[in-house]
Amino acid sequence: MKNVNLKVNGVAVTVPEGTRILDAAIKAGFKIPTLCYMKDLCNESSCRVCVVEIKNNRKLMTACSTVVSEGMEVFTNTPKVRASRKITLELMLSNHHKECLSCVRSGNCELQSLATEYGCDAEKYKGAMNSYDVDDCTEYLVRDNNKCILCRRCVAACNSVQTVGVIDANKRGFATCIASPFGRKLSEVPCVACGQCINVCPTGALREKDSLAQVDALLADKTKTVIVGTAPAVRAALGEEFGYPIGTDTEGKMVAALKAIGFDKVFDVNMTADMTIMEEGTEFISRLNDPNATLPMITSCSPGWVRFIEYFYPEQLKHLSSCKSPQQMFGAIMKTYYAKKLGIDPKDMAVVTVMPCIAKKFEITRDAQSAAGVPDVDVSITTRELARMIKNYGIDFKSLDPKTEFDDPIGKGSTAGGLFGATGGVMEAALRTVAETVTGKTLENVDFKAVRGVKGIKEATVELNGKKLNIAVASGLSNARKLLDEIKAGNSKYHFIEIMSCPGGCVNGGGQPIVNTETRNLVDIRQARAKVLYNKDKKSALRKCHENPIVKTIYAEYFGEPNSHIAHDVLHTEYVKREKY
Amino acid sequence: MKTVSELQAIRDKYKPIVTERAEGAVVTPGQPRMSVLVCGGTGCTSGNSTTIYDNFINQLDERGLKDEVKVIMTGCFGLCSKGPIAVVYPDGSFYTHVKPEDVTEIVEQHIVGGKPVERLLHAEKASDGQLKSINDTDFYKSQRRIVLRNCGVIDPENIDEYLATDGYKAYEKAVSTMTPQQVIDEIKKSGLRGRGGAGFSTGMKWQFTHDAQGAEKYVACNADEGDPGAFMDRSLLEGDPHAVIEAMMIAGYAVGAEHGVIYVRAEYPIAVHRLEVAIAQAREYGILGDNALGLGHKFDLELRLGAGAFVCGEETALLNSAEGKRGEPRQRPPFPAIKGLFGKPTLINNVETYGNITQIILNGADWFASMGTEKSKGTKVFALGGKLENVGLVEIPMGTPLRTIVEDIGGGCPNGKKFKAAQTGGPSGGCIPMSLIDTPIDYDNLMAIGSMMGSGGLIVMDEDNCMVDIAKFFLEFTVDESCGKCTPCRIGNKRLLEMLDKVTKGEATLEDLDKMEELCHYIKDNSLCGLGQTAPNPVLSTLRYFRDEYEAHCNGKCPAGVCKALVSYKVDAEKCIGCTICARNCPVNAISGSVKQPHTIDPKKCIKCGVCASKCPKGAISK
Repeated sequence: MKNVNLKVNGVAVTVPEGTRILDAAIKAGFKIPTLCYMKDLCNESSCRVCVVEIKNNRKLMTACSTVVSEGMEVFTNTPKVRASRKITLELMLSNHHKECLSCVRSGNCELQSLATEYGCDAEKYKGAMNSYDVDDCTEYLVRDNNKCILCRRCVAACNSVQTVGVIDANKRGFATCIASPFGRKLSEVPCVACGQCINVCPTGALREKDSLAQVDALLADKTKTVIVGTAPAVRAALGEEFGYPIGTDTEGKMVAALKAIGFDKVFDVNMTADMTIMEEGTEFISRLNDPNATLPMITSCSPGWVRFIEYFYPEQLKHLSSCKSPQQMFGAIMKTYYAKKLGIDPKDMAVVTVMPCIAKKFEITRDAQSAAGVPDVDVSITTRELARMIKNYGIDFKSLDPKTEFDDPIGKGSTAGGLFGATGGVMEAALRTVAETVTGKTLENVDFKAVRGVKGIKEATVELNGKKLNIAVASGLSNARKLLDEIKAGNSKYHFIEIMSCPGGCVNGGGQPIVNTETRNLVDIRQARAKVLYNKDKKSALRKCHENPIVKTIYAEYFGEPNSHIAHDVLHTEYVKREKY
Repeated sequence: MKTVSELQAIRDKYKPIVTERAEGAVVTPGQPRMSVLVCGGTGCTSGNSTTIYDNFINQLDERGLKDEVKVIMTGCFGLCSKGPIAVVYPDGSFYTHVKPEDVTEIVEQHIVGGKPVERLLHAEKASDGQLKSINDTDFYKSQRRIVLRNCGVIDPENIDEYLATDGYKAYEKAVSTMTPQQVIDEIKKSGLRGRGGAGFSTGMKWQFTHDAQGAEKYVACNADEGDPGAFMDRSLLEGDPHAVIEAMMIAGYAVGAEHGVIYVRAEYPIAVHRLEVAIAQAREYGILGDNALGLGHKFDLELRLGAGAFVCGEETALLNSAEGKRGEPRQRPPFPAIKGLFGKPTLINNVETYGNITQIILNGADWFASMGTEKSKGTKVFALGGKLENVGLVEIPMGTPLRTIVEDIGGGCPNGKKFKAAQTGGPSGGCIPMSLIDTPIDYDNLMAIGSMMGSGGLIVMDEDNCMVDIAKFFLEFTVDESCGKCTPCRIGNKRLLEMLDKVTKGEATLEDLDKMEELCHYIKDNSLCGLGQTAPNPVLSTLRYFRDEYEAHCNGKCPAGVCKALVSYKVDAEKCIGCTICARNCPVNAISGSVKQPHTIDPKKCIKCGVCASKCPKGAISK
């Protein structure tokens, strides 16, 4: 590709042809603010906060969309540019419910930080404001359009990345708002609850439904044994909320914080990820051996993905594994096996999970997720909520012991189960177990590198006992859609498919710490967080789910063997066709 | 499919019929001796001209005259304020304000009796007392009808009549004797600039689309005319739809596109109908299709109906809407010539721009460039509106002074009122004050004085108009029509409107005017599309030329007496005779007083409707 030479504020810089001014400026050492633009996501040129001056061009141009040309001279911080940005921000503030003192995004709000940087007068353009009802009708998400600045990143996430398309601009002019068609509430449209919209929102217009009050109540109830379980991806991102760099492993501190908060037991959902592999792997092998069984089999641990197939491809539900997700297996095992072991009534036990996900809040309310006659999981909170809880409980996260370990006996999970947090991780964990089960031989190399990385669709062929298995891994629902369309058209060559709703998998889930656009220009958060999980796996002595001693114990003491009758009752579930409208 | 020679035969057959429609034309033996042209433009149609047409047909039929007299429903004649219009040829009697019941009189007295019905004639007398020819009347004499040449002349629903006016000859010429590049060069040389508003060189646009990489390209026609009071494109589509189709075919040949799309407002049902008829007829004749006239060129087109959002006249918003998406603009670059409809290179021109193409190809670029000013060639169609005697559609050579349009063609302000300003460019344009009335109208002059050509709306204001109120009117329109995508337009224009509102209520300070001006410049510089970039123009131009009126408002006065908050009605006790008419007509009982005693108005109750002042027989009530 050809290179282009240009100057940004007098600094000469050479970039490949087709580069946007924004990226050329970063290379030259200059920041340009963006509120609508987000790397690899949104390029609407609607907010106008990234305007720059270009020599011999009388118009201000948007740095997010304008492509560089040879000899171009760009000025990113002239008086005109700064004055324009300031007015743009002041206009946004004039129609923004400025509840900054108590807003969940205070301190992590892109509008707020720019308004401060530009010395804005929030009252300069005081005038009529729109007033919207807050849409909090779902179990998982709250939309407060009073704080929306109409950047449309959420629309891009929903429509382009996820191809779900339940939100877009409604009405026009000053009355424009992002909403579902015909003014429907979010619960009345096929939203899959992935929460990708929240992660890209620059303000507090989108957030998870907060469940902390329920957790507080459970902890205060002395009749309850309150057990908490944490998903693999949480430990890879929680530190960000406390100032640690992206990609810091904070497992020990997380466990210590949960203990300090006062949970009776702090367990690891990695362990039930191992159980999922036992059940799912066994289901896969039996499908493989049954000429009448439906293939490819597709994983079912991502509740956003499950909702997606239920809404958009209900005729393909037979491809889904009947396994519950690790979260639900966790709750189910707690309230059956572990309650029995403790000798308590499951009604006196409460299970709280910490998840990188908001769809998990929905998943706990699904039918057929009550193995002990009470809901498997009582409350599911996100990584972000846990961070708030830690702060609220006055715990100094940084001073916590990083070596703190999970409680016994469910504390130990394999690092293969830990890979569930990254796209391709379920597949890799499954392959390790399935390969050894089918061949009866120990794998020399447990690294299945073809399924690693952030590519939207990955595929590989694995040979087992002379039989070739075609596998595919997809993350992000636009990629899932491609694989499902192949299945629908009858030309899918795969035997086993892993699908995660969120691009990059759970590390980039809708409940994870929110990373602003400026950082995203420099860091691929999916890669950086996933690296935590792969590093743990690399150093681990327990890298196969089926070798986890606790898993063996639980099967020996309770389930017998994978896919047994009781395992089916407790660890498997069913799916339903959902009407879109 | 018709061949080139078959088309020529049709032209030859219909030419005498069409050329008869001229004053003093000699009637060809064997052809009808008279033609009655009834205006089928939107204005006259809403004045019931279809019934007038039916009455002519029926009455002539009853009298056995249907072969002797041909009745045609045409497109717009332009003089809309005098509609419905019917014209009788060859004598050229121009009947105005015709009612369906007048038809009998015209048939009996004029068509049968040979004597025009004088009371219905639009006539001006020359100095010798003789009636002037219609072409010499003030309204028509300064006009030069190139684009509108067939409007009011041919039956727009009959392709044969279009052919008779050398229809599809330009296409034939282009495809059979010119290369695509030669066509583009001719358009470039003509100096034609886009008639939709910004005035970009049409030839350059064609060149860019021609040069763009891509096997599939589109030619689009922007018929989403949305300025309040503008109806140039509508009238052309209603009066001469084939001219636009032919021009698009030529464009398709020049840029290498096989598909055409006309994006037209659904609110233009007559234009849509006539386009549908014209497209069907052109397909039937094998003009549109896989191998036009056997010349080896493939082109077809379809209509896309817009739901009436003003912003869809912006070319990138139009593309989105034509694709079935929300009508919102896209950031440019990339320009449509590179990435347009469905991501393919697309040429978009406005209806009126296309209206010039066939004439440039037939008569040559030099002929076209001989009209107009140095940088603005040809003619421009304007929709005259507002405080003028003659409201309607006119086509004038570029460079015609504004004064000629207002005073000669438009007939000046009615009721002897004083001209205050002319607004061009609709909500994107500005107001031109009396001091600049001699400005020759062209793209660059209008831009220099803070207005713009726009699509050609021209609205005249007189001394009774408040310029702040006018600015507010236009801004209200753009605020309402903003798509809401970018911040400056969505919130900036809203805030600007709120500030203007404050001015009209006398609540603004002089500092507020400065703040408004700053906001105007910000919105112009920062908005995403043309709608936002031009929305503050009405405010800026009135601030520039009528700042005294703004300042007066800040001091609590509306000089024109329009802004209600600043107006109070008073009774002059000297003049009041106590007739009680005002009190009886006041809708809110704000006026009190005994019979034969001077009355008083309670300012707390008064809603400033002005009924009292208009009813007072003594002129005792004033603002």
